[in-house]
Amino acid sequence: MEILGHLLDGFAIAFEFQNLLLVIIGVTVGLFVGAMPGLGSVNGVAILLPVTFAVPPTGAIIFLAAIYYGAMYGGAISSIMLGIPGASTAVATTFDGRPLALQGKADHALIAAATASFAGGTISVILFTLFAPPLAAVALAFGSPEIFALMMLAFATFIGLGSDDIPKTIFSICIGLVLSTVGYDVISGEPRLLFLDITGFLHGINFLVLAIGIYGIGEMLWTIETSQGKMTVSQATLSISRFFDGMRKLTGSIKTMLMGSFLGYFVGILPAAGATPGSLMAYGVAKTMAKDPASYGKGNVDGVVAPEAANNAASTGSMLPMITLGIPGSPTTAILLGGMVIWGLEPGPRMFIEQTEFVWGLIGSLYVANLFSVIINLAFIPVFLWVLRLPFTILAPMIFVACVIGGFAPIQDMHDVWLMLIFGVVGYLMRKLDYPMAPAVLAIVLGPLAEPALRQSLLISDGSFAIFFERPISGGIMAVTIFVFVLPIYRAIRTRLRGSSAGGAA
Amino acid sequence: MRRAELVMALVMAAFSAYLMWKSTELPIGWIPDEGPGGGAFSFWLAAVMLISCIAILIRWVRRTSPVAQSTEPYMDRQSLVLIAIVAGSLTAMIALIHVVGAYLAVALFLVFYVRFLGRHSWRVTLALAVGTPIFTFFFFDVNLRIFLPKGITEPLFYPLYEIFL
Repeated sequence: MEILGHLLDGFAIAFEFQNLLLVIIGVTVGLFVGAMPGLGSVNGVAILLPVTFAVPPTGAIIFLAAIYYGAMYGGAISSIMLGIPGASTAVATTFDGRPLALQGKADHALIAAATASFAGGTISVILFTLFAPPLAAVALAFGSPEIFALMMLAFATFIGLGSDDIPKTIFSICIGLVLSTVGYDVISGEPRLLFLDITGFLHGINFLVLAIGIYGIGEMLWTIETSQGKMTVSQATLSISRFFDGMRKLTGSIKTMLMGSFLGYFVGILPAAGATPGSLMAYGVAKTMAKDPASYGKGNVDGVVAPEAANNAASTGSMLPMITLGIPGSPTTAILLGGMVIWGLEPGPRMFIEQTEFVWGLIGSLYVANLFSVIINLAFIPVFLWVLRLPFTILAPMIFVACVIGGFAPIQDMHDVWLMLIFGVVGYLMRKLDYPMAPAVLAIVLGPLAEPALRQSLLISDGSFAIFFERPISGGIMAVTIFVFVLPIYRAIRTRLRGSSAGGAA
Repeated sequence: MRRAELVMALVMAAFSAYLMWKSTELPIGWIPDEGPGGGAFSFWLAAVMLISCIAILIRWVRRTSPVAQSTEPYMDRQSLVLIAIVAGSLTAMIALIHVVGAYLAVALFLVFYVRFLGRHSWRVTLALAVGTPIFTFFFFDVNLRIFLPKGITEPLFYPLYEIFL
């Protein structure tokens, strides 16, 4: 019942005039960002974070979370209408969304996507409301060793559960952590790692510089290179009667919606997993559960419903560890977490005690954001279709300008802008070679928290790493970490053994 | 692709070694009653980076990673030219900010990109090139009091400061 009281307070905050306005603007921006090929939630949140300096922290997080939500809805629009996912999180939506559009049923697909997103979002927010307070209460007892162990677990998931090249993933994690140590050593107060002794490094490398570099400039370069070809927008005919017809047909998809929502939520909690694998998994499960698996990929509405419910649920899921433990569950929440530090908050379980307005305002706004997303999405489908025709040669330079100004705004030093350009270009060149970028962004956000946690733990134990294994909670977390870490090794050995025995038989 | 993979791994290995060396400016060992020295964390992480690069190089030699097997070019000529123009104009804009300030640099960049790369009409070009700086000025300088660099155009802004600040 205590939760209910807090939730009502949260709604009161979310319905304050300014916050409600921020939700509506955020959702609209998010839908736009999600719908544009080449831009996803993470790009929108990274590029627009500097804009939030204009409002108090609660308004800022509400605005950014609304973008996150809106982008999950918006991704489906271009997946269906262009056949190109608007964001990686909407890849699975193209499988059946595009065939539906080509059959002239684009409106059915769009309605199914919006409704499924709403179901996924709402179910996951309810789960979030129930899970977050008890988890935060448990996490209150965590000391430095537990916090460090949790971070290790977060990184291990990239290695064990991510699908990227393992040495390159490890490299990405470490470079993010090292970049976070530039500036002053917090304990001795001495300057360190000033590259080429440039004084601009004295104030450290703000995570936003890396995030905007990679997700703004790098992403744009990537999109410019890959999207040289022409895109064709499908036609969607919409009318009130077709709308209700589409809604009625969805009653058969309720089971798929529920499955996608729960699966997405729990997958979303894992740092390396998140919305993209969550939606792909939901698609796979829906297909195996279906009575007619052969119809998938040829325009089955359930093939749109499952991934769309899952990706929205996953975006909520990824906020659970962010708000309760201070460990982001996705690159987008990593940027939100970094934002909290800039706004002067201390992320972690204590937020539930000290920043109740912030936490419950955010939770309340998630319900509201969902409602507005589905309304705005359905009401303005024609507008978004028009937006999809916006030439990239107009969008790209505007985003570059936003990146440059956004890179300057946090500390107001041109040094950061140059650094951002370098990160953007180098990140783009590395991404072409399959170096994953998300671990580095997560690491540069967590670095300033991980290093003190490690040093304090070692100070307690007088230099012995055994402390991480001896304490019951951190020991448990470390055991899971090691398990996740050795997963790919185990898999590699198994495939090799199988490969050699198969070779022997032949 | 193979050559790019090799070059990147070597460059990053060199960068890792530089980071290790740079970390040793602060103590990397154990300091009694203080815990690990200020350079320890970054030193060992840079060491892991170096090991990762060596692993990438081994996989390159044995051709076990997809990139190391790829025979496709890293970038075809057309993309290379396009990316070079975009990155070049972006660099030019940032460099110009130091001289003529953010607002003029942004306007020039937009004119170049929208008109000459995008081949849009002058009407669209000018609307963006004039509208964007005005919006930015009111959002950042006026509303947030975050003053973007003005360079030699600073005197032009004095009357605006008078009115709006």
